[in-house]
Amino acid sequence: MHDLTLIPSLLGGLLIGLSASLLLVLSGKVAGISGIFATAVLGRAPDRAWRWWFLAGLVAGGILLSVLRVGAIGPSIRPLPVVLVAGVLVGFGTRLGGGCTSGHGVCGLSRLSKRSLVATLTFMACGAITVLLTRAWLGAQP
Amino acid sequence: MIQALVAFGSGLLFAIGLVVSGMTQPKKVIGFLDFTGAWDASLAFVMIGALAVHFAAYRIVSRFKAPVFAPVFELPTATKLDRRLVIGSGIFGVGWGLAGYCPGPVLASIGSATLAPVTLLIGMLAGAFLFEWVVRSPDEGTSSGAAA
Repeated sequence: MHDLTLIPSLLGGLLIGLSASLLLVLSGKVAGISGIFATAVLGRAPDRAWRWWFLAGLVAGGILLSVLRVGAIGPSIRPLPVVLVAGVLVGFGTRLGGGCTSGHGVCGLSRLSKRSLVATLTFMACGAITVLLTRAWLGAQP
Repeated sequence: MIQALVAFGSGLLFAIGLVVSGMTQPKKVIGFLDFTGAWDASLAFVMIGALAVHFAAYRIVSRFKAPVFAPVFELPTATKLDRRLVIGSGIFGVGWGLAGYCPGPVLASIGSATLAPVTLLIGMLAGAFLFEWVVRSPDEGTSSGAAA
């Protein structure tokens, strides 16, 4: 059994919800990170500045916390070539599917979007099947 | 200026939420997706917390004519359930389950100064390029923020 972290996880979730809500209420934007990332880097939209600022905040927050607390950001448990392949799938899949865990899973579900419900159930199911197959392939440990 | 501040602040807060919640621990993410093994239910609480706050925010915002510092709300308008949505989300799910990183946590994990998040980000960029190059036709125009 893993170590459950229900309270920190709930607290972190509240902060994520608060962040997405501030962006919505103050600026009218959706905190869909795969879309913000892809549009900032590849997009031709004229208002790309806020996206870069959001990404900068995200990276800065990670730097801040990893300085404040050792182990705040956990190590990868997969070899780098697997991580690279995973990245390509994440990058391509989130563009084709129009969102990720934040855009569909948090923002879309909060809007009661049917598309986001389908997307969320699909990526959770496919993630679970992948973990199951990886575990079978590796033998025992996750 | 104020837009930049709001965006930076909410990005910062988002990263703190991700780290506090455990989303930047690939081992926990994979444990959460391991329903048939030693399931770690913790990360379900991230979603419960985030949805509780953001669902309420949407209800409140629906009474607003416009955001506080912007002329309009930029919300996704797509409603059609199509093959792209399902196949794309499926591919994303496989990538998520393989390494335990989704886009938010990987960006927040860059600060750990380790190779894995950078590697995943390079792959993610390549995947997004691949999509622009292979799938998106020129008449579709520019990428929108989050077509959720």
